[in-house]
Amino acid sequence: MSATNAPGTLRTAPTEGRSPSTGSAPKGKGLRPGRALVYVLLSVGLLVMSAPFLWMALSSFKTTADLSASPPVWIPSHWTLDNFRELLDKLDLPLYFMNSVIVAVLVTVCNLVFCSMLGYALAKLKFAGQNKIFGLVLGALMVPGNLMLLPLFVLMSKLGLIDSYAGLVLPFAAGAFGVFLMRQFMQAIPDELLEAARMDGASEWYIFWRIVMPLVKPALATLSIFTFLGSWNNFVWPLIATNDPDKYTLPVALATFATDPNKAGGSNGVLMAGAFLVVLPVLILFIALQRHFTQGIATAGMK
Amino acid sequence: MSTVTGKAAQTAKGPEGRATAKSPAAGPGASQGRQVRRKPLGRQNAAGWLFSTPFLVLFLVFMAFPILATLVMSFTDFGLRNVTHPLDAKFIGFENYVNLFGDEKFLRSLLNTGYFVVVGVPLTIVIGLVVAVLLNNGIDRARTFFRVGFYAPVVTTIVAVAVVWRFVLDPSDGLISGLFSEVGLTGPDFLGSEALAMPSMIAMAVWRNVGTVMVLFIAGLQAIPTEVREAARLDGAGVWAEFKGITVPLLRPTMLYATVITTIGYLNVFEEPFVMTQGGPSDSTLTVSLNMYREGFNFFHMGYASAMAYVLFVVIMAITVLQLRLLKDNTK
Repeated sequence: MSATNAPGTLRTAPTEGRSPSTGSAPKGKGLRPGRALVYVLLSVGLLVMSAPFLWMALSSFKTTADLSASPPVWIPSHWTLDNFRELLDKLDLPLYFMNSVIVAVLVTVCNLVFCSMLGYALAKLKFAGQNKIFGLVLGALMVPGNLMLLPLFVLMSKLGLIDSYAGLVLPFAAGAFGVFLMRQFMQAIPDELLEAARMDGASEWYIFWRIVMPLVKPALATLSIFTFLGSWNNFVWPLIATNDPDKYTLPVALATFATDPNKAGGSNGVLMAGAFLVVLPVLILFIALQRHFTQGIATAGMK
Repeated sequence: MSTVTGKAAQTAKGPEGRATAKSPAAGPGASQGRQVRRKPLGRQNAAGWLFSTPFLVLFLVFMAFPILATLVMSFTDFGLRNVTHPLDAKFIGFENYVNLFGDEKFLRSLLNTGYFVVVGVPLTIVIGLVVAVLLNNGIDRARTFFRVGFYAPVVTTIVAVAVVWRFVLDPSDGLISGLFSEVGLTGPDFLGSEALAMPSMIAMAVWRNVGTVMVLFIAGLQAIPTEVREAARLDGAGVWAEFKGITVPLLRPTMLYATVITTIGYLNVFEEPFVMTQGGPSDSTLTVSLNMYREGFNFFHMGYASAMAYVLFVVIMAITVLQLRLLKDNTK
């Protein structure tokens, strides 16, 4: 680590884990005598962290006998897909999956456009009221979502948007976090570049769309991932904004299934199969894109 | 609503962003800008407002308005019939707030939430810090592997994770009671016991949130200049002295941020009790958010629930300000 410890390397930090040259810097620093102990501690920690996931994944392939075996059986003695069959019989997962995808995609696209626009205005334009708007954004970051739920429900009922995609998307179409993130990244773009474009007669929209947006692609990637997953995992608002089971998102469908003893029939195997199918796409997405996650959290946290 | 947002987006995307007069606020601002400086600012003024409009419209309709409306509702007897006729709600002054503090269920939920925060936050911060320091200084290999492993619970759907934990803690088929039975003991009924339900939920929350804190601390650790550490080592500082004398003080801003966001998150805890216990047994895991949800959306006591939301909000603000003060003073 020592090699990348210099200040200002945060932006490049995500590559650090992949680059063997920095990873194996031959400096004898850190807790060298206890290095083996560190590995042991971390491995135990990792085991504890992943145990629930392993237990879930394996249990979803177990027979009823294995599920209730005592002492517990980790590896199914007989692998079965019955839990998944029963789950798909009782719960229309493809429908809920599509609902979640549609809502998450719409929320993400809206955030990318709207947050980038305001981020550009705050970072690269000078206009009256700019500081007040930035103050609003910072304030919005601090307000807990629970404070809005009740009137939001009434508002959506009045607008007839309960049980609609619009009702699920609109309250999350522009988040303060996104504005903040985009502003941070856009500030790093040299003003001279934009001034040159202005001299050449480019409009602000052209500058924003054709010059700035391509330059902040990494930030856009980070924002997409966070927004998409935030929406995918969101629970409280979809729970409130949907009454019609056909409009449930995946988490609402799973929670309704899990808390209703008649539906789940108390079968842990079926529930584990459900949890497994809900968690799996997220885990795959995360592992594929993990560099962007840690970078995004770190960037947001350092300000 | 969709028409309003649609229009806002259209205006902002308008031809070349030059539509000076379209934005209501651009008028006075633009002329003011022209007085002081020159043409580019006038143009930037208009563009600035056009680029801000979509966000501002959404912000005003779906955030600012509901926040204010919650406050207004908290002084009314807003109920089920007011969902269709909001203006018929009767103003009742501070009655909701007064009732709250005589409401045993609410006080219980406040206490439960406090318990969750007071035990959960320090555990999360300390474990997150330890993992970050171990990852940052102790090992060269497999760092990414460990980091991914510790962060994975953060990104997974909380409802699914809560379902899994319910099963892990299940007294008859669960993983933990199985481990107990292996050594000849009977495992406790974690979620069915008044004393153990909340600690179980805290364990799950710590498990889930350690990754966020870890990543924040790793970023903080990487921002500490190497020279500072090297100087300390040249002066003969040991591992512990270096940790206490350099790492902890220089990580203070990160620690402050991590503590504040973890506290806010835990004060709002909702999904875990909703899925795992529904607030039971006998309200021992009823949190303020769950209580508010029930009062508002199951019983439609929306005025009362709004008052709850505001009490929680005031508590959150007070604790955040207090934390900022306490932790900032420590640095001096």
